[in-house]
This record gives sequence, C-alpha cells and structure tokens, in this order.
Amino acid sequence: MMSNMKTMFDLNKIDGQGGKVETTNQHSEQAAINALEVRNLNFFYGAFQGLKNINLDIEQGKVTAFIGPSGCGKSTLLRTLNRMYDLYPGQRAEGEINFYGQNILEPGQDLNLLRSRIGMVFQKPTPFPMSIYENIAFGVRLYEKLSRSEMDERVEWALNKAALWTEAKDKLNQSGLSLSGGQQQRLCIARGVAVKPSVILLDEPTSALDPISTGKIEELINELKHEYTIAIVTHNMQQAARVSDYTAYMYLGSLVEYGKTDEIFIKPKRKETEDYITGRFG
Amino acid sequence: MPDKHLSSQFDADLNSLSSRLLEMGGLVESQIATAMRAFTQMDLDTCNIVIENEKLVNDLEIQIDLACTEVIARRQPTARDLRLVMAVSKAITNLERAGDEAERVAKRTKRLIESGSPHNINVAEIRLSGQMAITLLRRSLDAFARLDTVAAAEVVAEDRQIDEEFRGFVRKLITYMSEDPHIISTGLDMLTIAKAIERIGDHAKNIAEFVIYIAKGSDVRHIPHEDLVREANKQ
Repeated sequence: MMSNMKTMFDLNKIDGQGGKVETTNQHSEQAAINALEVRNLNFFYGAFQGLKNINLDIEQGKVTAFIGPSGCGKSTLLRTLNRMYDLYPGQRAEGEINFYGQNILEPGQDLNLLRSRIGMVFQKPTPFPMSIYENIAFGVRLYEKLSRSEMDERVEWALNKAALWTEAKDKLNQSGLSLSGGQQQRLCIARGVAVKPSVILLDEPTSALDPISTGKIEELINELKHEYTIAIVTHNMQQAARVSDYTAYMYLGSLVEYGKTDEIFIKPKRKETEDYITGRFG
Repeated sequence: MPDKHLSSQFDADLNSLSSRLLEMGGLVESQIATAMRAFTQMDLDTCNIVIENEKLVNDLEIQIDLACTEVIARRQPTARDLRLVMAVSKAITNLERAGDEAERVAKRTKRLIESGSPHNINVAEIRLSGQMAITLLRRSLDAFARLDTVAAAEVVAEDRQIDEEFRGFVRKLITYMSEDPHIISTGLDMLTIAKAIERIGDHAKNIAEFVIYIAKGSDVRHIPHEDLVREANKQ
C-alpha cells in the first residue's frame, strides 16, 4: 500500500512538472526533453521474445511513428509504454521505460493512474455503450471530482480538442455508437484527452477509417502535438511521413533505424529501412 | 534484400523515367554536335536542322516531366526512388536548357553566315570547348545510367576546364575587338556562342551532381569540390 501511494505521489508529481509541453518560443528553443526513454527493453509472450533490446527516446511534444511489417513488434512496443500488456497473463517486459525519469516497469505502479497519464487509442473505435457525454465524463470521474458545470466544461474542452464539438454538441445525450466510424475514433481521442494525459499512444488509429476521416484524425494529431507527446503505430508509411517528427522502423522485434522522419523517408541510413519504405521488402 | 519492388509496374515506371532521360540526353548531345558542325563548317542547312529539332527536345521535357508527376501521384516514392524522380525532373530541365544553348549556337552561327562579314578571329577555343562539352555531357549521362558517382565527380571537375577555355577566349576576344572595332558585332556573336558552350558544360556538371544525389543522398550543389569528391566516394 505504501509503495502504491509513493508511486501515485510520484506520478502526480509528473502531472505537475513534466505532464504538459511548453509551447512558447522561449521554451521550445531549449534542449529537447524526452517524455519516455526506453532502455534495453525485452518483451516476452511466454517463451516467444517479441521485442529485442529496444533503446529509444520519445521526445516531448513531438509525434513519433512506428512502422514495420506485421509482427515486427511495433504494437507490442506501444503496448509496453503504458503497460497495457499487464492485462494479459504470461506477458512480461524486462529493461527500463523511464517516463520523465521514473521507470514504469518497476513493480508497484498504479497502472490506472499510469494509463491516465499515458492514454491509448486503438485500431477500432471503442466507444462505451453510453452517451457521448458519458463516454468522456466516465474516465474523468475516476480521477477527479468535478462539479456538474466543471464537467460540462471538461467535456466541451475535450470534444473541442478532438475536433468533434461542432458535430456532437447538439447530440451529447445520444449514444456514442450512433456516431460514424471517424467520429467514434475522434470520440475515443476526446475520451483519452479528457483525463489530461501527457502522452497519447495511437495504435493504427485510422486503419478502419475512410480517407476524409483519416485526414481529420491526422489534422488532429498535428493540433494535439503542441500540447501532448504522441506515439503512433501505423501500417501506412505515407501516414507516418505526413504526421510524424520521428520515425522508428522495426523488424522482427528489433529497432532497425530511428531518426527524423524527413531523413528516414529521403535518406535512410540502413538498407533494410530503404528496402522497406521503398516497397522492395519481399 | 531484393533490389526490385514488390510492384513490377513501379520498377517499370522508374526504369522508363531513366531510359527516357537518357534518350533525351542522346538527342541533346546530337543537337550540340550538329550545332558545332554547323559552326565549324559555317553551314546554313546544318544550322536549320538544329533549330528545327529543338522542338523535339522541348516535347521530351514535357513528356518526361509528366511521367515524373504521374509516378509521384501514383506511387508516392520515397528514399532513393524519390531522389531518382526529383533528380530526373531537374536533370531534364538541364538537358532542355543545354538544348536551348545548342539552338543558340545554331542561330548565332546562322547570323554570322548571313551577315557575311569577314573576320580573322581564331575560334580554336570555341571548337575545343564544344568538343569538351559534348564529351562531358555524354559522360554525365553515362554516369547517370550506371549511377557511377566517381565518374560523376570527374565530370564536375572537368567542367572547370571548359570554364577556363571560355575565359581564355574572352580575353582573346577583347584584344581582337579593341584592335579592330569593326569586328565587334561578329565578336559579340562569337561571345554568345562561347558562352552557350560554357553553359552546356555547367548543365552537364549539374546532371553529374544529381547522380551523386540519387546514389548517396547528399546534395552536393554549391559545396567545395573536395567535399563533393568525399561524398562521391562514400560507401
């Protein structure tokens, strides 16, 4: 119990200190701050090793994209970043994932609090079977006691952040499931944003969406990165090229190359990366 | 790792860009050679052939540029594929301009023939640099075909010799014109021809620089020659 409380205290400290990205010019000129630092990370599905000695930094206030063929470990890596894998028995991670200096792989973490700090949006939209309003308020109530008017404000704020307010403001009491696929995905992003995380993990957020909805989500990613750190897994290389600042290419559980997106897509250092992004991967 | 794309049509599209660039290069090379023959022999008919064929060069530029746009629209090329498409698009602009310079040589030669004014200007430098420009363009296209960065670096170095021939000719021309003001009009036509050839050398050099860009990913324009050579030799 004590260790849980200590962890919660530390995570709350993160909320107060490093949880938000400074956006003023004065601060943006400072040296880069890493929201997450992955060190010597190995991950196992039972006996199978899904990730092999991963080392990388995820910079605060930037979009980091993970690309690679199916089964390369990119989603696995994303799922370690907020310990989503803990929900499944037999899966374990070794190494360090430092979230603003604190190793979240250490035992005794408050995982619910961690996941409110590092939110996640999945491939398929997963709205709760409740009203649009409640979809957002539900998560907020777990962490904060807000008055009705404060909650109204928070819902409006989150829907605005997810560029859904205009479309949803007149039907807040309708079921979240009544929205289109693209709107549902933005509702899920609003739900994630509502608890004011510092990192948002997006696991193929647009693979089930049409091009217009995809465009809206990509625009949203561009907006959100001013205030949040974003890590996105995508099968769509052009999407990685469009939305991300940094790109990581993974293959067979290893990180092959990691660098600025412009460099990866114009002049990658590794031939394996070049073969993959140019479509020579066979 | 395989060198072919999963999409064989993509391979075919990229190969077609390269081969059409080489086809255009061959045409421009022949235009320059014909223009130089017209100049050396002071032959009006040969001048007209160059002027007539110039539109073929222009048409090829438009066609290849369209093909580049189509590849970008359909394939969203990345890395060396993207560099190839960008470089082809820029190299054909250089080829088209080299073609313009060949036409300029032909037109000025035509004017010299039609004016009929005698002169005793020694044009050895023009003939020599004309041959050098043709050779340089051919070598830059060979380097492109083989993505041979070392050969490309040599082309860049040798363009300096053409520049030197041009400067030598200008010095000589100034002497001629100050001694005999009557040949100033002819001298200016000669100067335009010499300048056109010097520009063809520059275009060949630019194409050679694109070869290094495609193969190594480094933009070597406007950098010291030693740095360019280092990039060209980089593994």
